Amino acid sequence: MLNIKRKTRDTLQGYAFVAPAIATTMVFLGIASIFVLFMSFNRVNIIQQSYEWVGFNNYRLAWGDPMLRRAIRNTLTFSAVVVPTQTFLALVIASVLNSNIKFKKTFRSIVFLPTLTSSAALTMIFMFMFSMRGPVNSMMIAMGLLEMGEPINFLRSSQWSMRVIMIMNIWSTIPMYMTLYLASLQELPKSMYEAASIDGANEFKKFFYITIPYLRPITTFVLLTGVIGTLQMFDQAFIFSGGDGGPANSTLTIALLVYRYAFGPGSAMGYASTIAILLMVLILTISFIVNKLNKGDERVY
Amino acid sequence: MPSFKKINPWRIFLYLILLIFAATTLYPFLWMVAASFMPLREIVGGGMRLIVPDMSLDNYRHIFTVTQFPRWFLNSFIVAFVGTILNVLLNTMAGYSLSRLEYPGRQAVFYALLALIMIPGQVLLVPNFMLLNELGMLDSYTALIVPAMVNISHIFLMRQFFINFPSECEEAAYIDGLGRFACFFRICMPLARTAIATQAIFVFMGFWNEFTRPMLYIRSMDMLTLPVGLQMFQSRDAGQMWNQIMAAATVSVVPIVIIYLIFNKYFLIGLRMDGDK
Repeated sequence: MLNIKRKTRDTLQGYAFVAPAIATTMVFLGIASIFVLFMSFNRVNIIQQSYEWVGFNNYRLAWGDPMLRRAIRNTLTFSAVVVPTQTFLALVIASVLNSNIKFKKTFRSIVFLPTLTSSAALTMIFMFMFSMRGPVNSMMIAMGLLEMGEPINFLRSSQWSMRVIMIMNIWSTIPMYMTLYLASLQELPKSMYEAASIDGANEFKKFFYITIPYLRPITTFVLLTGVIGTLQMFDQAFIFSGGDGGPANSTLTIALLVYRYAFGPGSAMGYASTIAILLMVLILTISFIVNKLNKGDERVY
Repeated sequence: MPSFKKINPWRIFLYLILLIFAATTLYPFLWMVAASFMPLREIVGGGMRLIVPDMSLDNYRHIFTVTQFPRWFLNSFIVAFVGTILNVLLNTMAGYSLSRLEYPGRQAVFYALLALIMIPGQVLLVPNFMLLNELGMLDSYTALIVPAMVNISHIFLMRQFFINFPSECEEAAYIDGLGRFACFFRICMPLARTAIATQAIFVFMGFWNEFTRPMLYIRSMDMLTLPVGLQMFQSRDAGQMWNQIMAAATVSVVPIVIIYLIFNKYFLIGLRMDGDK
């Protein structure tokens, strides 16, 4: 009798503690994801609040949508360039820092700055640095790198815009991943390096045969967060292009295309939802592949 | 005899790499700060000097007195502050429930959360916009705070913390006649302060730096937060007012840098916890 009473009390208390979290995630994650799936099969008119079931029509439309193709190509290119580069550079710099460097802590603290700064502020700084009369052009002119001394219009050039965003992204994420790698490296037993030195291994061999295998679990995490983040890239492209993915759709990412369809002229919420669902499928598939390729990682919460 | 080590070219090379990396990382920030003290014509003049004769506080004076910048700063602060308090409270409670209380359905809740955390944030922007529109919450602090007042990864981190947490102190508290809630607030939360501080810092930074949600959910100029406000310094004839933008960007970074300087160790703990997942 007493036992039952106690069990009921425990259950009630258990749910009381977790209820706000359940309610919030239910609405803004649970219902929202069912809703986006539902909308992806509808033609939605936001002004009249009308939903018209169109089956797989939106998906068929997406299949032949040249804008979507462009956005997927841009996004995958972005991810394929940024993720390996930032991971590799973070790993290299962490290993360099780990080799008896003076002022290690000071260095690590100072270079953390980009991690603290909002993507909005970072994008503004980079747009300014790469503007026609900004420091990057001035520097290149001073070094005689430009033909005829003409500055490059980085911000309005379909060749350059995306590259600048890539550089910015790599630049801004290296410090965080480097800090992660460094934390793990500091636990790597020094004796392993010493043993390798006795066996006559040079610095490069040690890096490839000891450091990289040892850091594998962290690398999986870095790659996964990198992939998930870059495939959803939005802020930087939005600010850079003023929201339209230009010039000539060169900075149009999938997330930006969702925004353009949903909130641009015509406000096609249904079709935008379809593309959002496709983005989710893409992200889950690629994360799954990355996880499988870098096997040996146990994600335990 | 003291050892006169020969200068090792390999070590010089390593220091060189670090020097280049540090310079590249810090240079944009030096530019931001330098430009925030310059008049616009100096900035767009194509010069490369970081210090020029006519530096002044004019840009700061302008953004604080003429523009709505102070209001945006206040908005950012209110949203981040309230959002952080709610997150700390609700995530910690949920993490506590999922680890220390026994009840039917607990595993189900855990797995449901585990499934929901996989959904990418960008996918939910459109449906959440519609939901908030339906609820009449758009263009308010509520729109920025409520959908983000719980964070599943931080729930999991708190759960992990409480799993490894000795149960003796709780038991002692029961014997002293404390109820479950009193025990949670008076015993467990204070003991979890490192985990809570870490959580609070990352949540605050997340709210403070968030761009997409305020950009979508806020319509009125006086409800904007800083990251969106940064886009508003434009004039019809001069285009981007880089001098004002850089002053505003500098001010927007300062609070987080201060938090970083004071709570440095928690940033490391937080990163480690993420990496260990």
